Amino acid sequence: MKKSTMLDLLVLVIRRDLVLAMRRRADVLATLIFFVMVVSLFPLGVGPELDMLRKMAAGVLWVAALLASMLSLGRLFSADYLDGTLEQMMLAPQSLSMLVLGKMTAHWMVSGLPLVLLAPVLGLQFDMSARALGVLIVGLLLGTPILSMVGAIGAALTLGLRGGGVLLSLLVLPLCIPVLIFGTGAVEAVSSGLSVASHLSLLGALLVLALVFTPWVTAQALRISME
Amino acid sequence: MAINWFKYSAPTTFYGLAGKMIPWFAFSAAILFAIGLYIGFFVAPTDAQQGEFYRIMFIHVPASILSMFLYLIMAGYAALGLIFNTRLSAMMATAIAPTGALFALISLWTGALWGKPMWGTWWLWDARLTSELILLFLYLGFIALHASIDDPRRADRAAALLAIVGSVNVPIIYFSVKWWNTLHQGSTIKFSGTTMHIAMQQAMFTMLAACWLYAIAVVLARVRSIILERERNTTWIADLPEVKQ
Repeated sequence: MKKSTMLDLLVLVIRRDLVLAMRRRADVLATLIFFVMVVSLFPLGVGPELDMLRKMAAGVLWVAALLASMLSLGRLFSADYLDGTLEQMMLAPQSLSMLVLGKMTAHWMVSGLPLVLLAPVLGLQFDMSARALGVLIVGLLLGTPILSMVGAIGAALTLGLRGGGVLLSLLVLPLCIPVLIFGTGAVEAVSSGLSVASHLSLLGALLVLALVFTPWVTAQALRISME
Repeated sequence: MAINWFKYSAPTTFYGLAGKMIPWFAFSAAILFAIGLYIGFFVAPTDAQQGEFYRIMFIHVPASILSMFLYLIMAGYAALGLIFNTRLSAMMATAIAPTGALFALISLWTGALWGKPMWGTWWLWDARLTSELILLFLYLGFIALHASIDDPRRADRAAALLAIVGSVNVPIIYFSVKWWNTLHQGSTIKFSGTTMHIAMQQAMFTMLAACWLYAIAVVLARVRSIILERERNTTWIADLPEVKQ
């Protein structure tokens, strides 16, 4: 039998989670619809003046993305936890961190990537310029994986708890503030004519940091929750 | 003579030691509070720029300092508990959290009270204010997570991991908020480089020491309650004179 490498494992987990997500399309769509609805509520709440909307567009889109990702985080480990798959995964000889990284990636592809693809359309509703939209998308591309990864720590810690959903947001949202700041900062920089490179570089740095540490921390959190 | 450094790392022995230490810390905290408040209110002169309002800083500054230090100490104890699996460390971390949250709240509250007359507004999205607010959120997250897990062992370990992740995140949050703020607006008010009057310094440091002693006394009292609660089924608790009667 061929010995499976780390990469095989990663691909396997991602594929499995994507198949599972496709079987339950309603969950994925619900997150997306939530994102669209929250964003559309803002103009109704603050008034239709385009000047103001243009100013707050990036913030609104980012906060909505943050909330939408919180919504789907609860499902990250809970289904596997309930049917015992997670226990089997932890018993597997392969690295748990790698498995977790696979699950994070799949979560991002299901809940983060669609938001990124949808963001330009919503940005147009706010009359954002093409350049600002471009920066927003790059920022979201760099930032939403961080939300999935940091959120996974919270999801692992609150696994199987009553009222886990609210608690999860309470734990994770403060930790996501830097992502929000740099993501919206980049778009702000475009409109004030500053360089966007610094914000995007910082987002990239956070992404790399998260990529290195969060799978391991999440694996530890899972071990704590499952013992 | 070999000293057993770990003698007091067991709840059994620490319970008695903490009981003996609490009155000392509480008493000296009360005295220092009295001295600090006296110097602060009657000896320290009125400030040339800020009038009488500056006296809020005698409680505001120590509260801010403590809220930040206590988070680090809490994360340190949490890490100790996670690494060495000592029960007492986790109990200490749990005992510190409410006091830290209290100081963060006092710091925000007194800051708002000072901000109204000085800046003309209760709240500014200033870097330090915002990070203090986020610090309060981190404390509340720690307390909420610990409270919602029934099994104390799992609660200790899960909350410990959260505290460590939080302490890694604190500098990132602080700098991101700082840069974010400088992008939006310049710092509104800077403390000019004036040297503080000697009486002001005395009042400030006395109050700081008093707050430290108060925090230690309260944390020790709380950790005693936690020990009693967690170990209530053991024989040594049943043999305690205060439990027996």
